[in-house]
Amino acid sequence: MSISRRKFLGWVGAAGIAATAATKSRAAHAEFEGYPESYAVLHDSTLCIGCRSCERACNEVNDLPKPATPFDDLSVLDKKRRTDAASYTVVNKYGQVPGENRPVFRKDQCNHCLEPACASSCFVGAFTKTPEGAVIWDESVCVGCRYCLIACPFNIPAYEYDEPLTPRVMKCTMCHPRIEQGLLPGCVEACPMEALTFGARSDLLLIARERIRKYPDRYVNHIYGEREMGGTSWLYITGRKPSEVGLREDLGTTPAPELTSGALLMVPIVIGMWPALLGGIYKISQRKDRIAREQLVAAVKAQKEQSDKEREEAVKATKASAQQQQEKAIEKAVKKALEEAAESGDSKEEK
Amino acid sequence: MADTAVTTSAEHAAEAPSPAKRPLFSPFNIIAALILLATAPFAILRFTGGLGAVTALDHTNPWGIWIGFDLLTGVALAAGGYVTSAAFYIFGKEEYHSAVRPAILTGFLGYGLVVFALLFDVGRPWRLPYPFFVSQGVTSVMFEVGACVALYLTVLFLEFSPAAMEWLGLKKVRWIVVKLTILLTILGVLLSTLHQSSLGAMYLLAPSKLHPLWYSTYLPVYFFVSSIAAGLSMIIFESTMAHRYFSHLMDQRHKDERNKIALGFGRAAALVLAAYSSIKIFGIAADNNWAYLLTGYGLWYLVELVGFVMAPAFLFAVGVRDRNFGLIRVCAIWTVLGIVLNRFNVSLIAFNWHLPSAERYFPALGEFAISIFIVTLGIVVYRFIVTRMPILYHHPDYHD
Repeated sequence: MSISRRKFLGWVGAAGIAATAATKSRAAHAEFEGYPESYAVLHDSTLCIGCRSCERACNEVNDLPKPATPFDDLSVLDKKRRTDAASYTVVNKYGQVPGENRPVFRKDQCNHCLEPACASSCFVGAFTKTPEGAVIWDESVCVGCRYCLIACPFNIPAYEYDEPLTPRVMKCTMCHPRIEQGLLPGCVEACPMEALTFGARSDLLLIARERIRKYPDRYVNHIYGEREMGGTSWLYITGRKPSEVGLREDLGTTPAPELTSGALLMVPIVIGMWPALLGGIYKISQRKDRIAREQLVAAVKAQKEQSDKEREEAVKATKASAQQQQEKAIEKAVKKALEEAAESGDSKEEK
Repeated sequence: MADTAVTTSAEHAAEAPSPAKRPLFSPFNIIAALILLATAPFAILRFTGGLGAVTALDHTNPWGIWIGFDLLTGVALAAGGYVTSAAFYIFGKEEYHSAVRPAILTGFLGYGLVVFALLFDVGRPWRLPYPFFVSQGVTSVMFEVGACVALYLTVLFLEFSPAAMEWLGLKKVRWIVVKLTILLTILGVLLSTLHQSSLGAMYLLAPSKLHPLWYSTYLPVYFFVSSIAAGLSMIIFESTMAHRYFSHLMDQRHKDERNKIALGFGRAAALVLAAYSSIKIFGIAADNNWAYLLTGYGLWYLVELVGFVMAPAFLFAVGVRDRNFGLIRVCAIWTVLGIVLNRFNVSLIAFNWHLPSAERYFPALGEFAISIFIVTLGIVVYRFIVTRMPILYHHPDYHD
C-alpha cells in the first residue's frame, strides 16, 4: 500500500494532475500503519547483556567479511560504533548511571521503517518495503549516489567506499531471504537472552505494552519505533529515556514521504503554469515593443504630414507673394508706361 | 587558480591575436596542462581505489565538496544562462543582447561540468541514465533534479549551438535552431525553476540532520530565488573577466553595452537579494527559530544573511544609484561568495551539526584536486570556444 501510494504520488507529479487528487492520497496516507501481519523485531534492552552473539550470527548468515577483532572480544563495546559496510548490526554500551546496577546495551541495525526515507530518496527506486516488513535494496539498479545515506534518520545504510566500480549500499535486510524460507533472522535466532523477539508487528506492540504494564519500574513507558518517523518494524523498549540509549527523540512522527510531497506537488504546477506565464510575459513585451514601434511610425508619419503641409503652405504663400509682386510689377510697369505715354504726349503738345 | 589561468590567457592572447597563429606552448596552455597533470592522478585513483582512496567521505558524511561545491554551487552559479536569456528574449530587454551568448556558454559549460563531476562522485557513473530508462524512482526529489538537469543540458546545448554552427558555417541547421529560440528559452526557465528549487528540496528529507536555521519548508524557494541572484552576479563577474582578458575579441556593441548590463543586472540583483532576505526572515518566523540566532550557529547564520545577502543587496542598490560600476562589480563577487557560503552551509557546515567534531567531515586533498581539475578543464574549454566562435562579437554573416 505504501509503495503503491508513493508510486501513485510520483506519477501524479510526472503526469501533472492537479493538486486535489494528491491531497486525497495524502489524507489516505494518515491511516497507513504498515502492511497487515507484517513482521517486526522487538528489542528489550533490559534483557540484553551485550554478548555480541547477534553480531556474529549476522556476519555469518550474510557472508560478511570477518572483522579484525573477534566477536567474543567485548572491549569494542567501550567505543561508540555505527553500522558500516562490513557490519549490518552493532551493539553499543551506554554506561552505568547511579541507581542502576549495570550498563545498558542496545543493538543497532536498519529499523525497517514503515515508510522508509531511503525509499523516498532513491531516484531509481532501489529500495522496497516488502509486505513481510523488510526494507530491501536492489543492487541491479543502484547508481551509488548515496542520497539514501543522507536521508536515513537513523544513520544506518553504509557504502563500500573502497570499491572503485561496483560499490554497494550495505544494510540489514531483516534476513528477508531467511524469512521467505520460514527461518528467523540470524540475530534473533542467536540471541541467548531472548532480548530479541520476532513476530507480527501488531503482536509485538501488544507484547511490549504488556511488559511495560507488568513491570512499570523496569521500563520507560514508550515503545520506540511505534510512531517515530511514521513507525518502524524494529521496536525498542528500554529502562531509560530513548535519548540515553542513542535513540533520537526529536525525529517526530511524520513519515519521510510527507517531507518532500509538498515540493513534489509543485512540479506539475510549475510545468502547467510557467509556459503560460512566460509566454504571456513574452507576448506582453512583444506587444509593448510593437506599440512603441507603431507609435514611432505614427509619430514620424504625423511629423512628415505636418512638415509636408507646412512646406505646401509655405510654397503657396511664396507663390502668392510672387504673383502679387509680379502683378504689382506689371501694374507698376503699366502705370509707368501710361505715365511715359502721357509725358510724351505733353511734350508733343509743348512742341 | 582560476585567476592565474585567466591572467596567462590574456597575456597569451595579447601575444597572438590571430587564432591561426596561436602557439601550442603558450603560458596559459602550459599552466593549464600542469594543473591538469598534477590533479589527473587523483581522478584516476578514484576509479582504481574507489571513493575511499581520494575522499574523506564516510557512512555518516556521504556527500562532500563534490556535491556541495561542484554540484550545488555549480548549478547555482550556472544560472546566468536562464536568467539572461529570460531577460533578453522573454522580458524583451534589448540592451542585454551582448550578454546572452556568453551567459548561455557559461551556463552550458557549468552544467556540463556538473555532470562531469558527478561521474567521479557516484559509484557506478555509467548507470546515470538508469533513472530515465531502467528504473524510475519518481518519488525522489533527486529524480526531478536528474531529469531537469539532463533536459536542461540538452536545451543549453541547443541554445549554444548557433554559435558553433556559425563557426562551422552550417547555415540551414542554424536557421532551424534559431527559430526555436523562444520555445527553448521558456523550456530553460521552466526546467531551471524546477531543478534549482529541487536541489534545496533534496534536503527536506533530512530535518534531523540539517540545522533548524537552514532547514525550512521554504528550502526549495530559497534555492530558486538565490539562484537568480547568483546568475545575475555571475554574469556581471564573467563580463568583468571577459572585458579584462578577451576585450580584443569583442565588437563595439559588446563594449558599449557593458555598463548597461552591469547597471541593469545590478539593479535586479539588489531587488532579488532584498526579496531573498525577507523570505529568509519569514522562514525563521514561520518555524519560530529566533532563539537559535543567539547560539554559535545562529551567529554563523547571521554572518551569511547579513554579511553576504543584505550587505551586497544594499550596496548593489547604492552602486546602481551612484552609477558606481566598481562597487557593482565588487557586489557581484560578494554575492557569488554568499551563494557558495549558503550551499556549503546547507550541505556541509550545518549538516550533521549535532554530531561531535570527530564525526564531522573535512574534505581530503583528493577532493580539492578533482574539483580544481574540473574547474581548470572548464576554463580551458571556455577559452577554446571564445577564441574561435562568435561569443563576444557578432558574426558578420548573420543578421538575426
